[in-house]
Amino acid sequence: MFVQQLVNGIILGSIYSLIALGYTMVYGIIMLINFAHGEIYMFGAFAGMILVVFYDVPFFLAFLLAMAFAGLVGLTLEYLAYRPLRRSTRLAALISAIGASIFLQNLALLIMGARPYTFPSPFTPRVYQSTLLTISKLEIIILAISFLLMIGLTFFIQKTKIGKAMRAAAQDIDTASLMGVNVNQIISITFLIGSALGAAAGVMVGIYFRTVTPTMGLMPGLKGFVAAVLGGIGRIPGAMLGGLLLGIAEVMAAAYISSQYRDAAAFAILILVLLFKPAGLVGSAIQEKV
Amino acid sequence: MISAYYLQIIILVGINIIMASSLNLVVGYTGQLSIGHAAFMSLGAYVSAIVTLQTGLPFIVSLLLGAAVAGLFGILIGIPTLRLKGDYLAIATLGFGEIIRIIFLNLKITGGAVGLRGIPKETTLLWVIGVTLLSLFVLQRIINSRVGRALIAIREDETAAESMGINTTYYKTLAFGVGAFFAGLGGGLFAHYFRYIHPNVFGFMRSIEQLCMVVLGGLGNMWGAIIGATALTAIPELLRAGAEYRLLVYGAILVLMMRARPQGLLGESIGQTGGRSLKRRKTLFTKIKLFRRNK
Repeated sequence: MFVQQLVNGIILGSIYSLIALGYTMVYGIIMLINFAHGEIYMFGAFAGMILVVFYDVPFFLAFLLAMAFAGLVGLTLEYLAYRPLRRSTRLAALISAIGASIFLQNLALLIMGARPYTFPSPFTPRVYQSTLLTISKLEIIILAISFLLMIGLTFFIQKTKIGKAMRAAAQDIDTASLMGVNVNQIISITFLIGSALGAAAGVMVGIYFRTVTPTMGLMPGLKGFVAAVLGGIGRIPGAMLGGLLLGIAEVMAAAYISSQYRDAAAFAILILVLLFKPAGLVGSAIQEKV
Repeated sequence: MISAYYLQIIILVGINIIMASSLNLVVGYTGQLSIGHAAFMSLGAYVSAIVTLQTGLPFIVSLLLGAAVAGLFGILIGIPTLRLKGDYLAIATLGFGEIIRIIFLNLKITGGAVGLRGIPKETTLLWVIGVTLLSLFVLQRIINSRVGRALIAIREDETAAESMGINTTYYKTLAFGVGAFFAGLGGGLFAHYFRYIHPNVFGFMRSIEQLCMVVLGGLGNMWGAIIGATALTAIPELLRAGAEYRLLVYGAILVLMMRARPQGLLGESIGQTGGRSLKRRKTLFTKIKLFRRNK
């Protein structure tokens, strides 16, 4: 029972991690809570579903195309809604992000309608059973893809030149630009990658729960953000850890306390972490200087 | 006299003015970003509705009880969370808002996921106008007092305010409590007008909507909150002709509005309204670095 719940938690958590990465990368560089990220995730899920269901594109190709599409949406979003506000107050940027989120959600409602679409699983339903654990082929694939993407991202951030520029911009955007980093380009790339990861999460949730709806982005968007804060917002390993912990906590709360309070458990953990370790689990506290 | 449709819009405008101006006290004047204001509205709505239904006390008593409970929760939630700053405070308030919503969804006395129905209709136009004017009057008096000046000092620079002898924790909690009290008042009026309440009516999006009213009107400006609340209540109604494009346009207006006038309709110029901009924050960092290097 416990091992089973743990594995279920890790599966859910790995999806939260992917969403959280999009929030944390953007926040790390421009200190903006990208509220429209949940909508990007939903756009990714829809793109994947449309390609697979209506155009018979093979699943993995559709998966990559959905990531690319969502990346472009993220890029456009940054260009139209956030870039003009970069030098204005953070609250103005936040309201702009909220506006963009409402806009994107209703755009999807307008195009696709309010009814849920079925996203059939592309894999043959096979279940592996042992005394401790039952896991389906689909779940293994979701886990594998999530962890591959996270490892890939870590490699990209740590080893490539663009990754280095991203880390520099996250540390100090002005100094980075003085050192010859093209900050606008780096911010665009950050949105591109973050949105693509969000879309990957969206497609996987789509095939996992077999449905896609225009309002599917709201709760996972919030949870992904909670996960990012939990790990220490702006920290990439923090987002991965925060997502996994949140997923596990939620599944455990549903299994051992009450399934009605699973969302409340997620937020209660968030508040406890904020109160006792405000910078998140991985983050370090910044002393305010006068 | 007035058709029921317009009456409903006017009543909603009144309730939203109470919500926006009380949130303005917290966000606009004190500079504490809260995105869980609707939770206090729901506390006021549920407590007053349950009191009316269970005890049959007069409307004014249940209304005040609801507001008092909301205010009390504002203080209780404020004490631990107001140590947090900026985005972290925002997220904590969001978390509390969601927790309160989920609890209401699962309690028996609130009707759970079915919602609470059959609340007697007590809210009239006169009530709404009276309570709105009274709220605005009290809030305005607070802002123009010693307390108000302390709140504005906290918004401008918390560390400096503290070093000038202002008990920042006390004043922040006070602002939070007062804001929650008036939100509870708005919630009570809401419950006794629509006669049916559901936890999801007071969800995350409602808090966001109220924040948008304050920011759109202009932070830290009483008239701004009034205009913001009126505009954001009326615009969706005006757009009702193109019903399916309604929220699409609403979202686009928010984005375009922030591009054209980030400080809101009546806000002061950037930098004077709450929260440091990225640029100011980063220049501050650079100054500190230079200062240390020169030392």
